[in-house]
This record gives sequence, C-alpha cells and structure tokens, in this order.
Amino acid sequence: MTTPVVLYEQEYEQLKQVITRLCADANAKFVFLVDKNGQQIAAHGEMLNLDTTSLASLTAGNVAATDGLAHLIGERGFPVLSHEGERDNIHISIVASRVILVVIFDERSSLGLVRLRVKRATAEMNMIFAAIDSKINRERDMGISLDSPFAEITEEDIDALFN
Amino acid sequence: MTFINYASREINCKIVYYGPGLGGKTTNLQYIYDSTAAQAKGKLISLATETDRTLFFDFLPLDLGTVRGFKTRFHLYTVPGQVFYDASRKLILKGVDGVVFVADSQRERMDANIESLYNLEQNLKQHGYDLLKVPYVLQLNKRDLPNVIAASDLKSELVRKDEPVFEGVANRGIGVFDTLKAVAKQVLLELRKNGGG
Repeated sequence: MTTPVVLYEQEYEQLKQVITRLCADANAKFVFLVDKNGQQIAAHGEMLNLDTTSLASLTAGNVAATDGLAHLIGERGFPVLSHEGERDNIHISIVASRVILVVIFDERSSLGLVRLRVKRATAEMNMIFAAIDSKINRERDMGISLDSPFAEITEEDIDALFN
Repeated sequence: MTFINYASREINCKIVYYGPGLGGKTTNLQYIYDSTAAQAKGKLISLATETDRTLFFDFLPLDLGTVRGFKTRFHLYTVPGQVFYDASRKLILKGVDGVVFVADSQRERMDANIESLYNLEQNLKQHGYDLLKVPYVLQLNKRDLPNVIAASDLKSELVRKDEPVFEGVANRGIGVFDTLKAVAKQVLLELRKNGGG
C-alpha cells in the first residue's frame, strides 16, 4: 500500500491563510482545497450549509474524469476547469500536481479576476506543499517516525468503533 | 490513500465496493445508509442512469467514531459494474485503502464474477497495487435466491488469499455490516503496520 498523505498543523494554518486571502481578493463565495482522492483539506467562505464532503468527492471525480478525457485525446490533462451557472460559477484548478483548488463565485466577481487571484495563490500553495514534502522526506531520512495515532491501535479499539 | 489530518485530528480512508453489474454493491451502501444514525453519515450520492444503474460511482461518507483521539471517517465508493464502464472503474480505484468484492451467487453470474475479479486485479495493478496485499473482503451476495451456487464452490473459484468471506443478502442487510467491519479492521491494522505515516 502507498504511504498515507499527512497534513500538519503548521502547514494547515498556512494553507488556510492563503485560501482565506484568496476568497477575499477574488470576491469569491467559497474557496475549497481537496486532494485528488476526494479528501477535503481546507475550506473558507460564506456558504455555511454547503455539503463539503460531497463537494470534495464530486470534485475529485470530475477532475479524474476530465483527466481521463484529456489522456484519450493525447493531452496531459486539463489543469483548469470552469463551470458557469445561472447564479454561481465554479473554477477548478490543480495545485502542486495533486491538490484541487475550487473557487465558487457569483456576479460580485468575474472569471478574469478569479483566474488572476488563483494564479498568485497557487504559487504560494506550491511552496507550502513543497515544504510538507521535504519535511516528510527529512523525517524519513532521519528515521523519525511520525507521532501516529494508529501505531498503538488494538483490535479492541477497532471493535469498539462498531458497537 | 489514507489522509491523516493532524490539524483537525481526522483520518480518512477510502473503501471501494467492486463486482459484476447488478451484484448488489449499491444495495450494500444503501443498507448502510438506511441503518446508520444521521449524525454518523453524510449524504449518499449516486451518479446513476435513469434506470438506476450506477454510471460513475455511489459515495457514502461514514463517521465511525474516535480512535485514540482521531475522528475516523470512511469514504465508501461503489464502481459501475457493467463491463463497458471500465475507464470509470479504474478512476475510482485510485487511492483506495480497502476493497470489498461483492459476488453474485446466482449460477448464471459465475462468469461475470470471474471476469470482474480479473478486471479488479488488472486495474489495481495499473495503480501499483497488488490484490494479495490490499485489505480485501469477499462477500457472496444474494444467498436467498433459489438458483445459487454452493458457497464452497464459489469460494474455490473466487478466493484469492486468506481474505474474510461473508455470505450476504444485501437488500435485507445480512452480511452487510460484517463485511464493512472486516474491511475497515484490515485498513486500520494496515495503518498500524505502516506506523500510520
């Protein structure tokens, strides 16, 4: 099996800052980060009742399907997707090759503004994800194991989950 | 691929229900959804055709509770079983942590079971996984129907390693939670083996 994806508190706070700023700068309603497997990483915005778990899984499915389409016609991928609705629009782009950035906006913003602000935020997030990678690699090289909640898990703990 | 979020103290795992068309994958998820308390589940999403055949996937997020201070969430997916949706099946297997194979016990579906299991092995391989190493459970579904093959015969054709095998009647919930529990257990024990990071 592959190694789990890990997100630490420090980098999470940094990512949260970037998407909070992006949401304000782009006049967006909601900004959302999700990994390519459909796991939510961070979110910020005014859409309080939004089902973010479903949004994450459908976004990942959408990106995966579009990547599949791209490969069929000999493209490496479509790094930016845009969906236009009557009131709200969704802008989807890829960050650090493995994370999906979703921006939901309405008539208070525009596709041009969102694109511009996403570009800057993407550069910042690329650096944060590079820092996470090097942190994990450094710890692995030094033989430091992460403070895992599962290293000590017992069969009783697991049975208790289902009771 | 398991996602451990130290900031929100959450761990997310992905489980995929695989198997031949009309075998009961969606029914498994539907039963889990119907019999789980509202606060422990999210919305059940079905991307299906007008005739209720799975087109892309079904998705059900499930909160199992807290282990060692971490909220444990399982994301359950089904694949479309029909042969010609293979491209979609491949996409959904990406990043999988555990697989449930839902076999159809009816005599006339035996070839479809074998073909689907072979397809699972091939698609896992393309993502760099080996079925022999992935947390895996076999469910023999539709045991209540009259034209079923003996469980021992199904096992001798479909068992690939020492995986847990459950007989099920998914529309009545028989074997559904046993299957889920067995695969979840393997996924969590796998995390322990890998040190969680």
